[in-house]
Amino acid sequence: MSFLQVQDIHHTYFTKATATTALSNISFTVEEGEFVSLLGPSGCGKTTLLSIISSLLKPTQGEILLQGKPVSPSKNDVGYMLQQDYLFPWKTIEENILLGLKLSNQLNDKTKAAALQLLQQIGLAGVEKQLPKQLSGGMRQRAALVRTLSTEPKLLMLDEPFSALDYQTKLKLEDLVSQTLDEYSKTAILVTHDIGEAIAMSDRVFLLSSKPGRIYKIFEMPEELRKLSPFEARNHEAYQTIFQTIWKELESLEPR
Amino acid sequence: MNQDKKQVELLHKNYLNSLKIEKRWVRFYQAIIFIVFFSGWEILSRNQWIDPLIFSSPSKIWNLLLSKIQDGSLMTDLGVTLTETILGFLLGTLAGTILAAILWWSPMLSKIFDPYLVILNAMPKVALGPVLIVALTPGYPSIITMGAIISVIITTIVVYTSFKEVDPNYLKVLQTFGATRFQCFKEAILPASFPTIISALKVNVGLSWVGVIVGEFLVSSKGLGYMIIYGFQVFNFTLVFLSLLVIAVFATIMYQLVDLLEKKLIKE
Ligand SMILES: Nc1ncnc2c1ncn2[C@@H]1O[C@H](COP(=O)(O)OP(=O)(O)OP(=O)(O)O)[C@@H](O)[C@H]1O
Ligand SMILES: [Mg+2]
Repeated sequence: MSFLQVQDIHHTYFTKATATTALSNISFTVEEGEFVSLLGPSGCGKTTLLSIISSLLKPTQGEILLQGKPVSPSKNDVGYMLQQDYLFPWKTIEENILLGLKLSNQLNDKTKAAALQLLQQIGLAGVEKQLPKQLSGGMRQRAALVRTLSTEPKLLMLDEPFSALDYQTKLKLEDLVSQTLDEYSKTAILVTHDIGEAIAMSDRVFLLSSKPGRIYKIFEMPEELRKLSPFEARNHEAYQTIFQTIWKELESLEPR
Repeated sequence: MNQDKKQVELLHKNYLNSLKIEKRWVRFYQAIIFIVFFSGWEILSRNQWIDPLIFSSPSKIWNLLLSKIQDGSLMTDLGVTLTETILGFLLGTLAGTILAAILWWSPMLSKIFDPYLVILNAMPKVALGPVLIVALTPGYPSIITMGAIISVIITTIVVYTSFKEVDPNYLKVLQTFGATRFQCFKEAILPASFPTIISALKVNVGLSWVGVIVGEFLVSSKGLGYMIIYGFQVFNFTLVFLSLLVIAVFATIMYQLVDLLEKKLIKE
């Protein structure tokens, strides 16, 4: 049995004026420790899919099973990282990264020490008492990652977590996140608009088509890329070939 | 290089100096206006160019102030009005915030009450004065209620709007941690709305003074509002102006205090 099973998800948003079918007939599975990326045109339902998997949104049809059981929001099974850090500006970094533990009543000396340890490991030692606005964009996004990981979710949702950063910071963070996830052998689903990022970070890349969102194609990343860190992968020759393939497929999907 | 640095320092110093000079001129003109206004008033009144019975004069008001401080009657009146205003204003802001929280809590309730809020907001609250006085008996309770009721609806509307405008992504973050609705309110909605609540506080200072003074017009036998209405009835306009000036001073002080509070909270 697979770690994550996404079974026949349909989702329709209803508003007064319209009924928009955002997702239709989405089924796939993800194995434990796997890293999957979702690529697709804007508005094809990627964020919707992540929200459904993390049970923030109830799908109109279908079911999500994590280790064979339905996901529930109260169990902290799924961590979610957004495009911007959304650190609370009035809380210190320490208060921010301990928030998840506090809300789920898991805050004790041990979990607190682990979270602070992770903060240090990710290169943010000494900022505990500072406010988010005193940190750079990259540092804030790292702090947000610590906040997400602090409750030890089994599954991680990353919704364009690097897209608001400059290119250099982004490359560095890709490596850092990839390394951290490997270390804790986390399963993750990444949404991105950056084909290169998807290739460099993932084991598999799902290409979604839009209106309604469906899985259009699944690309397996070659073994030699998977072993490498994202930065190294970008420089590998296999990277270019697969980039071209995905680029062409994506081009054919984008409305002209 | 060093030369450049010195040059910049010099320019900066000049800039600071020019700021200082400008500030001095502003203060100077402010003082001029103050002096011209009061001395003009005094001169006009002394020479009977304006009716001294109606417009009184600064010197008469000053003398009355001194005698009223000496016999302690000003302190009593001031104390009464200040207490009423502060209580009214705190109650109004608090009740408004609590109502806003209830509306946020239940979208259904907020839909139901929407038109009533609009009506209540549009209605001139001081017109409720007579009803309040009869219902709550004349005296402190009805006057404090006047001070509160005048600001409560607008506070509710403003704070509720700010509650709704909190970036939903903050709530999303909390929900991924399994936060309850109460936790969402406590961790995100309320703190994110603090600036709005404080600025509501600022508006409410002014409103509460209106409510309390009108309340005192209607019933009281003490307070600054009563001083005005009494002065009017016995045609002692020196008393009226004294009361007006005292109100102006203390309303300003209260406003400045809230402003200070705002600066402190926002800076943090
Ligand atoms: N709350 C909502 N109410 C109504 N329609 C919505 C809502 N959220 C999303 N949609 C619609 O559902 C579709 C998918 O939206 P979604 O945000 O999942 O796309 P996305 O793939 O994440 O896009 P992007 O790449 O721009 O982030 C869009 O057509 C959008 O207009
Ligand atoms: Mg999206």
